[in-house]
Amino acid sequence: MAAEKMEPLMGYRRPDGQIGIRNHVLILPTITCATQTAQRITELVDGTVTFIHQHGCAQVGVDYEQTFRTYVGLGKNPNVYGVVVLGLGCETHQARSVAGELKKAGKPVEVVSIQDYGGTLSAIAEGAKIAAQMVQDASAQQRVPFRFDELIIGTECGGSDACSGLSANPAVGAVSDKIVDLGGTAILAETTELIGAEHLLAQRAADDQVAKRVYEVIQAMENRAFQMGVDIRTGNPSPGNMKGGLTTLEEKSLGAAAKAGSRPLQQLVNYAERPTKKGLVWMDTPGHDIEQLTGMVAGGAQLVLFTTGRGTPTGSPIAPVLKIATNTAIFERMRENIDINAGTIIEGTETVEEVGQRIIDEIVLTCLGKKTKSEILRQHDFGLWRIGPTF
Amino acid sequence: MDSRKQALMLKAADSVAVALRKLEKGSVVSVFFQERMFQIVLKDSIEFGHKFAVVPMRKGDDVRKYGEVIGMASRDIAVGEHVHVHNVEGKRGRGDKIGRRENGTAHGLSAP
Repeated sequence: MAAEKMEPLMGYRRPDGQIGIRNHVLILPTITCATQTAQRITELVDGTVTFIHQHGCAQVGVDYEQTFRTYVGLGKNPNVYGVVVLGLGCETHQARSVAGELKKAGKPVEVVSIQDYGGTLSAIAEGAKIAAQMVQDASAQQRVPFRFDELIIGTECGGSDACSGLSANPAVGAVSDKIVDLGGTAILAETTELIGAEHLLAQRAADDQVAKRVYEVIQAMENRAFQMGVDIRTGNPSPGNMKGGLTTLEEKSLGAAAKAGSRPLQQLVNYAERPTKKGLVWMDTPGHDIEQLTGMVAGGAQLVLFTTGRGTPTGSPIAPVLKIATNTAIFERMRENIDINAGTIIEGTETVEEVGQRIIDEIVLTCLGKKTKSEILRQHDFGLWRIGPTF
Repeated sequence: MDSRKQALMLKAADSVAVALRKLEKGSVVSVFFQERMFQIVLKDSIEFGHKFAVVPMRKGDDVRKYGEVIGMASRDIAVGEHVHVHNVEGKRGRGDKIGRRENGTAHGLSAP
């Protein structure tokens, strides 16, 4: 179906021109020491979100930069109306530096520092006052129509089983193709879980430079296992993957690559980096579910599709995560966490294309405000891909 | 995929098929590949989603699924046997194999 024939979606237009499908006020702690304070503010003020983490201090070089880029990317995500950046005061990831970058996006940004305000209670009071005003301002913003070409959809599989590559992942691949055809962006991630399938994606690269990058990021990821002197299989596939029938990383990867559909690979971006091209884009992330989810959301994804065979509660504080079961048994067992069942493909009662269409329909409803299971359960996961030691 | 199917083979080059339901040891399973169907006697019980051999494999042979290499047989495998971690090992990300190969390199890593 051509983009102009589809019903428009509704979202929140941001000052930088991006469109959000949620209207959160983010309490962004740049340092682990401020995460508890941030949590208290979200308990006081409805409409705010935050996340717990252990980073933001004693980090240097590329590791500092990647963490900084992730914080800024999360704040800039168009699902965020405004940000209260919360620091302690003495950390390496200064709240003021992060806020400075966020202000360039033109959205409301304020800084609260625990040391400047004289302690935890004072910082909570100040942060909550600012957040409460932002939430009221956010609630006054009207939604406007937009089309699929402004969507960035993240794709991910976690807790995979042998059905993942036969049902839910190909269905997400069909959705990825459709979003690309409508002018939007689909992010493929989890470099670790593409080891053994990289040649298939390199063949689809838009140019030689992208193909070269495919082999580079795969080799860099594989070299990390070599440097540790371990069989990557001791960590991936996981015990649950193996119980589900997956034997090797290559087998898991070939199933995971099905999420990427069949369209050309336009770009390969770094972790937490926003794609500058539309179409199918690969983000270099680890296979760790939460680290890749956080990377894609920091890269601007407004919504994430997450397939699972073993079942998982995964969610994001910022982007709705739609979870898709690879088999009917896990869908029935974990209905409270899983939104869509693709197990019908295994049973032969629906085709890959039919399930793909159901996922598109659910994306439309989610953009219009329907809550995903992970949103309802406030599954506000955050994981950061650290690439250097803590000093 | 048809609900009557017990197992599925994905590509002509594949050495394994995937069980679409729990299959009992000793049973005769019909494996479908596109319009073709052939029968295999199972030497093991196969759990839902697990694999069994549709061709005999020698130790060291590539194991194929999706038409691609998913690993290497770590011992001889007969038709109808469960194919999993006990008789297949991955070839990628094998940091444990560094320095143990004849040419002293692992896949994807150039010699020092």
